[in-house]
Amino acid sequence: MMAWMVLLLVALMLGAAVLVLVFDNLVAAIAAASVVSLLLSLVFVVLAAPDVALTEAAVGAGLSGAVLALGLRRLGLIDLIKGENNA
Amino acid sequence: MHKLASLLFALGLAFLLMGLAAQLPLGATPMGIGADILQRTPSEIGSANIVTAVVLAYRGIDTLGELTILFAAATTAGMVLSPAGGAAVRKAREDAGLVLRAGSDLLFPLLLMVGFYIVLHGHLTPGGGFQGGVVLAAAFFVSFLARAEKQPSHSCLSLIEAVAGAAFIGIGLAALLGGGAFLQPLLETGSVGALISAGSLPLLYLAVGLKVGAELASLLAHLAE
Amino acid sequence: MTLNPPDLITILAAGSVGLIAIGTIGLAVSRHLLRLVLALGLAEAGANLLLVLAGYRWDAVAPILTGAAPAGAMVDPIPQALVLTSIVIGVGVQALAVALMIRIKAAYGTLDIRELKVLLERDICAEAGIVPPSSIHRPNYQPPPGTALPARVASTGESA
Repeated sequence: MMAWMVLLLVALMLGAAVLVLVFDNLVAAIAAASVVSLLLSLVFVVLAAPDVALTEAAVGAGLSGAVLALGLRRLGLIDLIKGENNA
Repeated sequence: MHKLASLLFALGLAFLLMGLAAQLPLGATPMGIGADILQRTPSEIGSANIVTAVVLAYRGIDTLGELTILFAAATTAGMVLSPAGGAAVRKAREDAGLVLRAGSDLLFPLLLMVGFYIVLHGHLTPGGGFQGGVVLAAAFFVSFLARAEKQPSHSCLSLIEAVAGAAFIGIGLAALLGGGAFLQPLLETGSVGALISAGSLPLLYLAVGLKVGAELASLLAHLAE
Repeated sequence: MTLNPPDLITILAAGSVGLIAIGTIGLAVSRHLLRLVLALGLAEAGANLLLVLAGYRWDAVAPILTGAAPAGAMVDPIPQALVLTSIVIGVGVQALAVALMIRIKAAYGTLDIRELKVLLERDICAEAGIVPPSSIHRPNYQPPPGTALPARVASTGESA
């Protein structure tokens, strides 16, 4: 039972990692990277590492996404509505 | 052609790493030092969270290195991003929408409380200085984003960060001057599971939490303005 | 269809190696600087997962004492302490990279690594007072007419 759940988590994590490289819109790429960090923190809980899971959720999913999104805003590359090519 | 070559390289790297991982005794690792630390922590250090004991007591120098790296990154990012005219030249910001304003008013005391709880209970439950510091930085940053008139005073944040960092090193030096090693745990260990236990570990994590919180709040404020 | 317990570790090891491989592909293939930073973060996440996996033991609990007596086997606490440090360093590096990207964009106007390579080479050769080096593939290189490179934007006034 646990193995099926972990298989699902790992499959979603790898799928989101591929999407980071595939998306053209940079805001979507940052969101996919945050999803990878969130699923990774769940995997850390399965691996009996609650300290590491808390740090990964706070820092990877929260702070890293905020820093990258704020950087995007200052770079002028945010395009939420039309989703044009920002590369 | 370039993409095909990099795809082949990454597949080869993955194959080599899988071959390496297949030879490791994953799942039944012989914990040489780890088993020793698990046995000795309750009596020597007295903290319930053994990862905290490793981070602060057994490998305190590594934590000092991590604080140094974070300090270097945040200070350099602040220096790179500060506007050319100094503190006087700041763009005019505007208030955020109703959701962020109301949400930040509601969340600020809760985030402060949760942040300090995580920092102060680092030796009892999962958590500690870094996690709590991130939550504290988020508390101040959310209130900064919501309203235009709240300016972050970078000098106050630098002062908190400097005092907290000096306190961390000061406690380590006090251990050195007391005859032990640098950053050796001081004070008495107390009983495992009580709030006041594990010697100087809560004080060290408090210093770490304040330093990381002030640093990250200053970094986010530099990025956002 | 039941899976035997060792397959859990195989799945996780394959996941971590897959993350490292995807991060490496991203580093090699990406053209935009921000995507390079994201790919580096993915590779770091895969490496952290491999480290925590190395400390895992079967049917062991987290290394936190609840009550006075340790209950059974506990996982290795040392890789977890190392991964704590590694995660925080990863976000520090990302923050510094974003700050540098903002200044690069202000100075050169582009974040594409191929355009930046040409512009940087031109600027370095201009500062050094030498002609841009030509190779056997690019003897006496002149850009085709109509594709002139943008001029370097003047920096915002900090004097030495």
